[in-house]
Amino acid sequence: MSNKDIYILAIESSCDETAAAVVVNGRKVLSNVISTQIPLHTLYGGVVPEIASRKHIERVNQVIEEALKEANCTLDDIDAIGVTYGPGLVGALLVGLSAAKAICFAKDIPLIGVHHIEGHICANYIQNVDLEPPFVCLVVSGGHTHLVRVKDYGEYEILGRTRDDAAGEAFDKVARAIGLGYPGGPKIEQKAKEGDPEAIAFPVAKVADGPYDFSFSGLKSAVLNYMNGAQMKGETVNEADIAASFQKAVIEALTGNARRAIHEFECDKFAIAGGVASNGTLREAMETMCQEEGVEFYHPDPILCTDNAAMIGAAAYYEYVAGRRDGWDLNAIPNLPLGQR
Amino acid sequence: MKLLGIDSSGLVASVAVLEDDVIIGEYTTNFKKTHSQTLLPMLDELKKMIDLDMESIDAIAVAGGPGSFTGLRIGSATAKGLGLALHVPIISVPTVEALAMNLWGAEADVCPLMDARRNQTYTGVYRFEEGQMKTIVKQCAVDVGEIIDAVNEEGRPVIFLGDGVPVFESQIAERCKVPYFFAPAHMNRQNAAALLARAKAYYQEGKMESAAEHRPDYLRLSQAERERLEQQEGKA
Repeated sequence: MSNKDIYILAIESSCDETAAAVVVNGRKVLSNVISTQIPLHTLYGGVVPEIASRKHIERVNQVIEEALKEANCTLDDIDAIGVTYGPGLVGALLVGLSAAKAICFAKDIPLIGVHHIEGHICANYIQNVDLEPPFVCLVVSGGHTHLVRVKDYGEYEILGRTRDDAAGEAFDKVARAIGLGYPGGPKIEQKAKEGDPEAIAFPVAKVADGPYDFSFSGLKSAVLNYMNGAQMKGETVNEADIAASFQKAVIEALTGNARRAIHEFECDKFAIAGGVASNGTLREAMETMCQEEGVEFYHPDPILCTDNAAMIGAAAYYEYVAGRRDGWDLNAIPNLPLGQR
Repeated sequence: MKLLGIDSSGLVASVAVLEDDVIIGEYTTNFKKTHSQTLLPMLDELKKMIDLDMESIDAIAVAGGPGSFTGLRIGSATAKGLGLALHVPIISVPTVEALAMNLWGAEADVCPLMDARRNQTYTGVYRFEEGQMKTIVKQCAVDVGEIIDAVNEEGRPVIFLGDGVPVFESQIAERCKVPYFFAPAHMNRQNAAALLARAKAYYQEGKMESAAEHRPDYLRLSQAERERLEQQEGKA
């Protein structure tokens, strides 16, 4: 490999953020532009795929141009484009993907499709320039809950995943049930600060045949049942206690599985990633757990936890140096499995 | 003047290049593969075949809607990406006009019918007079009966075309009172060459937009927006 710096332009549009970034050598972020649609989707209580797709196309060029400008670059400086091609909302993915393909085609530069979850994991490479595989990473977001063994760059083994709702999805649903609104993650975390996490004993679900799998729909139902029960008895509920107790149950499930993976695979590094990883209470719990286990704990800043393109640029860089290139027929794959080529 | 045309508004994927008054290359397919898999590989083939220098393109013409929401966005995002990279503007050609252009010079009125599901059609009525395209009914999303009534009202022979023809054939037979014809196979679907012929007029009139500004004109709100509006109206 030559010593030339590799400039990746990265594009991400898998859900409700239109994002572009310029990343050098997979680690140094020159720009990380995110145009969020959250206020718009708040009107509907969640992400509406068709509206998301429409917004992406209205913003995609501006976001890319801003990312280039902020990085003090032109397309002539760019060695390759990395773009999320799955998993995610297919209509949303197709906007970023089609634009990325067209730019690569016009400029005759390589196209690299990136797995969204791999991007989240790689956010840790940006945050911690010394971090190298192998390590275990927990990816928690509105759409994903994966416990992943990162064996090498671009080499992943899924240890566990959610059997039903993603962790972030459970936050959204519970937030809606107790009247906090969308997006649920930050709202529950805020509310929980006023509440007692020991007030209500919500169940921490275990999945019998999958030691590293998660299940959050039972927990969500338990919260709803608790609410209904109180209502039938004419009691008022304490939303802060519900938020705190629910959050504690989610965090216990997440830290429990993570701890077991650290033991079994004798790893000395553990990382978290994804939108829910910006939850301060979860971060603290994971940090404590890692200290107890004597392993190094890694986590990205909130701006790198949310859906962003810098993380896609980091992932694309390692694909680039591994020589992987995609063709003009690259399609969006809404349920793209992790670690498969 | 060199224009690149893209139409992915329906099942058809079509790309073509216009140089002054001549189509120097065209590639059209009407096959069940997603536009994401066909459009750029087709452009790549075309580019190689006609030694196209992308930097020589002056503007990108694209079917600007209506059409399949996803199809429109693949075409638009592709045009926007090309426009961004090549620093050229976009000519957003109304899809129904581009379809009508297939029958340039027809003595009968031209009524494209795109299947918009639920008995709706994306349609319009166009007439060719002294070599010019005249809009009789601007492109719209309506119940198929409505456009047949409009055609009846004009009282002139009409040619129907588009992927709505097989869908609405029996309703046309029942309801259409004027002499009507269906366009033959080589001119009854979207086609980037026809789009470019229309785009040329827009180009000469300076009717263009920046790649950043361009967005499809769906002619329809999303279902969620529609339901929200209905709910609000219900409350008001």
